[in-house]
Amino acid sequence: MSGAADVLAPGAAARPVAAASAAGVGRPSLLNLLFVLPYVMLMLGLVAVPVGFGLWLSFQDYDMLGGWNGSVGLANYVNLLSDRIFQGAVRNTLLFVAMTVPAFVGLGLFLALALNDGLRRSAVLRSVFFGSSVLSVTVVTLIWRLVYMPERGLLGTVLGAFGLPEVNLVADERLALLSVVIVTLWWIIGLPMTLFLAALQQIPREIYEAAALDNAGRARTLWSITLPSLKRTILLVAVIEAILQFQIFGQVLLITGGGPNNASRPVVQFIYEAGFRDWQLGFAAAASQVLFLLMLLAALGQLWLGRRQDRG
Amino acid sequence: MGGLVLRNVSKRFGPVGVIDDLSLEVGEGEFAVFLGPSGCGKSTLLRMVAGLETLSAGEIHLGRRRIDALAPGERGVAMVFQHYALYPHMTVRQNMGFGLRNVGMPATEVEAKIAQAAALLEIGDLLDRRPAQLSGGQRQRVAIGRAIVKQPEAFLFDEPLSNLDAALRARTRVELARLHQQVPSTMVFVTHDQMEAMTLATRIVVMNAGRIEQVGTPIEVYRRPATRFVAGFIGTPAMNFLPVAAVEAEGARATAVLADGMRVPTAIPATRLPAGPLTLGVRAEHVVAGQGSPAVVEVVEHLGERTLIHARLQDGSALVYAEPGDSALRAGDAATLQADGSAVHLFDGAGRAYHAGLNP
Repeated sequence: MSGAADVLAPGAAARPVAAASAAGVGRPSLLNLLFVLPYVMLMLGLVAVPVGFGLWLSFQDYDMLGGWNGSVGLANYVNLLSDRIFQGAVRNTLLFVAMTVPAFVGLGLFLALALNDGLRRSAVLRSVFFGSSVLSVTVVTLIWRLVYMPERGLLGTVLGAFGLPEVNLVADERLALLSVVIVTLWWIIGLPMTLFLAALQQIPREIYEAAALDNAGRARTLWSITLPSLKRTILLVAVIEAILQFQIFGQVLLITGGGPNNASRPVVQFIYEAGFRDWQLGFAAAASQVLFLLMLLAALGQLWLGRRQDRG
Repeated sequence: MGGLVLRNVSKRFGPVGVIDDLSLEVGEGEFAVFLGPSGCGKSTLLRMVAGLETLSAGEIHLGRRRIDALAPGERGVAMVFQHYALYPHMTVRQNMGFGLRNVGMPATEVEAKIAQAAALLEIGDLLDRRPAQLSGGQRQRVAIGRAIVKQPEAFLFDEPLSNLDAALRARTRVELARLHQQVPSTMVFVTHDQMEAMTLATRIVVMNAGRIEQVGTPIEVYRRPATRFVAGFIGTPAMNFLPVAAVEAEGARATAVLADGMRVPTAIPATRLPAGPLTLGVRAEHVVAGQGSPAVVEVVEHLGERTLIHARLQDGSALVYAEPGDSALRAGDAATLQADGSAVHLFDGAGRAYHAGLNP
């Protein structure tokens, strides 16, 4: 074995004994590939091939009923750009992301700061806020349909008790998207809160003690010690939530169905309807590529912002 | 500037008493070292002075002010933490200026103070770096610099050298001693390392189990330990303790007769010794070889400038003694040993010490 190693690496003989005994470690060998093979196979089969196939599909006229009618070049993309419903879906999705992501960061951070202590009350509230995350989208929307229900719903009852006129969030074109934002925040605020709590607990206590000795008040400590220490987590939450919220689908389908008048239809619902209702797989694949590009741009933009702040 | 006074200070965590009715005065400009084993309450005491722990009872005064009810930032103290506690996202300059800016000091004044402290600590070229870009020793200096710029009435050090490697620790120790000459503030330093205490302190406060065992200059604590605990804790190797079989009065002085028959004529007045069992304490350098009781050498430690020899007397008690330079002795050799009576101590059953001459 060591003889073979010497042939592979001239000069190995000149190395000290300790290095020679470790010969073979860290040296490229085809045999080593076997160890990563299972992962590589899964990665190729479940990620690389579908992504490539999707990209290829977006340039084809591929109909589930009519079958494959050959390549159409950029036609699917051109059609998308002039599709009013698709334009609306992109706008809705961007609006939805713009409303939810800052809310997840702000609200998650607020809850984490408020509940980051050893009190039993806080432990209970942490569980409560995280608890809704384990519900499935069906259950969540069922609960919120009861809240939003006209006349007998919780929202209407509460507003009525204060003598206020009833607001039908779900049926109002301007408010339908907001109603989904509220459901989404309620549903999965637990994850950002937990990420922020974990980050808060990583900040050494000594640093807060040093700040106390440095005459830093509560606001000063929050602004100059806590928030800078959480910068990476804020970025992480923003990127994760942006990627998740660009794919908004289930809540919309079950609460507003995309309406009224397409006012809450997101891109994923558009893709779903193009692909699985209208059977136009090529067209749906093209829309998917556009969504992918949007998410990529959003994530890269946030990372770039974060890096620039790090340097500044 | 001002002295630090602790009056009947107690600290309990629930039912557990950590510090019990402790009183202490540290004079203005003194370098006091709280020395004791882990868990003796020395760090808790320091944190109480800093305002990071509340008092269960008692008062703390610094200068002319009572400070125990004030917020940490208002007490006129600055602290250097064990893990430095530098703000990781701030540059060295921002770290040092943070406390000054928080009290609304004008920017030009802040800059001047930072420049002054940086020059004193020779960290001028590090001011724009972040803590992550500094070595352990450099971080230590920045932490000290952050304390100096505040010109506090008292500096508090919480085991600040324990994270440095041995060579750097020795060097920083000397620099701290030099710093105390240049910045003659009251300094309180917590450590479990007796070498740091001996070299830095103008006075050592030896603590054990939440109580003060002894307060004294390093030499006092070494030469005249007040209790058996102090005698065993200070000095390397630790003091030898040998059971005393009988005490005979020879004139006014007591002669201790050890269990193996060794007679040690001490300079300790016999009249002052209590009845009951006594223990004789003798340091390694006060054991004379070549006379007295027979013993067997068990381990020989060559330290270069001296040799430590671990021997066993006939009654089975262990005894460490030192010979200057190299020793030809080897394990298994026979030796005869005699404790130097003029330098021994006697301890009673409660651990109280009796020395030659005037007892405290």
